[in-house]
Amino acid sequence: MGALVIRAGCRTRFGDFSLDVDLTLPGQGVTALFGRSGSGKTTLLRCIAGLQENDGAIHVNGAIWQEGRRRLPVHKRPLAYVFQEASLFPHLSVRGNLEYGFKRVPPARRRVAFDDAVAWLGVERLLERRPDGLSGGERQRVAIARALLTSPELLLMDEPLSALDHPSRGEIMPYLERLHDTLSIPVLYVTHSPDEVARLADHVVLMEGGRAIAAGPLTETLARIDLPMIRQDEDAGVVIEATAVEHDADWHLVRAEFPGGCLWTRDPGSRIGQKLRLRIMARDLSLALEHHGDTSILNVLPAVVTQLADGNHPAVRLVRVEIGETPFLARLTSRSVAALDLKPGKEVWVQIKSVAIVD
Amino acid sequence: MDPDWQAVTLTVKLATLTTLILLVVGTPIAWWLARSRHWIKRPIASVVALPLVLPPTVLGFYLLVLMGPNGPLGHATTALGLGTLPFTFAGLVAASVCYSLPFVVQPLQNAFESIGERPLEVAATLRASPLDCFLTVAAPLARPGFLTAAVLAFAHTVGEFGVVLMIGGSIPGETKVLSIAIYDHVETLEYGHAHWLAGGMLLFSFLVLLILHQANGRLDKWGRS
Repeated sequence: MGALVIRAGCRTRFGDFSLDVDLTLPGQGVTALFGRSGSGKTTLLRCIAGLQENDGAIHVNGAIWQEGRRRLPVHKRPLAYVFQEASLFPHLSVRGNLEYGFKRVPPARRRVAFDDAVAWLGVERLLERRPDGLSGGERQRVAIARALLTSPELLLMDEPLSALDHPSRGEIMPYLERLHDTLSIPVLYVTHSPDEVARLADHVVLMEGGRAIAAGPLTETLARIDLPMIRQDEDAGVVIEATAVEHDADWHLVRAEFPGGCLWTRDPGSRIGQKLRLRIMARDLSLALEHHGDTSILNVLPAVVTQLADGNHPAVRLVRVEIGETPFLARLTSRSVAALDLKPGKEVWVQIKSVAIVD
Repeated sequence: MDPDWQAVTLTVKLATLTTLILLVVGTPIAWWLARSRHWIKRPIASVVALPLVLPPTVLGFYLLVLMGPNGPLGHATTALGLGTLPFTFAGLVAASVCYSLPFVVQPLQNAFESIGERPLEVAATLRASPLDCFLTVAAPLARPGFLTAAVLAFAHTVGEFGVVLMIGGSIPGETKVLSIAIYDHVETLEYGHAHWLAGGMLLFSFLVLLILHQANGRLDKWGRS
């Protein structure tokens, strides 16, 4: 078996909407398809599943799902799909719903045990209930377990949290994060929520008007200020993977190491060696030409300016700096950029006011 | 056997057979009408609905011509060694199937349409083939539709008169069904006999509708959940 890759070339149109993408995605980890509603991300997911007529080619980890006239019907594609609404079968119990896909996979091809999926999603006590008696969050957990029980080679999730209220979302997110950490199944995750991207994605595809305008690893792609979609975003910022390396028990802080430096942040009760996902917003960074020791800001690191771009208002500019090999974004006023004479190659001190641990 | 009782059993036999055939024939038609987006869907739907608006005598007349010794269907059945269908029980069944078709197809079509695409898409992503989807998802979810279709087909066949008169005549034990028996009694001024049969029909029809409403009320609640 060669490298794990998903190739999706899909072209389709209906009404005045057209989708035209040709993507090569990593065949492991979580890839977020991110964009506004109407950007074509759900359509792309439906094309990959075979639920939507389209021209093009779809290869998943070496297997051809679609090419030219040859189209594998949906039920022969080893995928699982989690829809926006849980869409449980109302005529079956929770157990009947979970067994529906499980029973249709030959025992030799099952790699997810019934009891494991039930335990991962915490639905043990719901098994004999009817779907109509469940809360929105419970229903979606059953739907995710039902999908996993087909032992898919690709898991497609279409905004699985967007139909839920805020508390239910909070209820499901930890399960999704745990799946991300324990499962080796590649996931394509459609969302319009930057928060979900920050918490779950390893890779991201930015979608706009039926086109994929960028695709790549999460940190690198979120720092692409050459893209209007990134630099005009009020919530622009980067997400970096770091490791907990030291605790400051007196002040309840943890030192998180990333390629190129370290950051102190609030300790969520981490273990040494634990992976931490940090989200740092562009608005929380400021730049200085000299190192000031007399500041309340804990994290002051040396960096190099690599790129500048206009923001969403003439008064604002975005500056991309690199600390070691890790990119960060800073949103500054145009006046400050001029006053400090910031330009690519310039060495600066980055002051980071706030670091959020998202995972 | 008492001729009235013979008419009752013949009617029940005809209605049962017609209902079973209609469920087998009508289900794929209804499924196709509910799912297809082909232009031919509308003409076909109109043909299926024709018996709703045509006078039964018109339908009976054309069936008689079609199935008669000089009709294309008559030629076919004669060639197959079956003789001609008019004035036989088989002919009556064939005519009843045509006559009651919309009463099966329309409730089933509505039931299938109200399921929507989503449950079928979900089933497909859970590895169910199209036939599997139909049997394990669409059919159970359309259960109220099947019940309505079966009851309407049965009741409508029991109540038919014009088509039977045209195609079946009034041969005791072969084509003399209840409605014809009542008509014959009235013609010969046997009002007593007519009362027994007519009253029985009235009660039967009422019970059928009552049971249908009861059952669908319960199924509706269950279906919405």
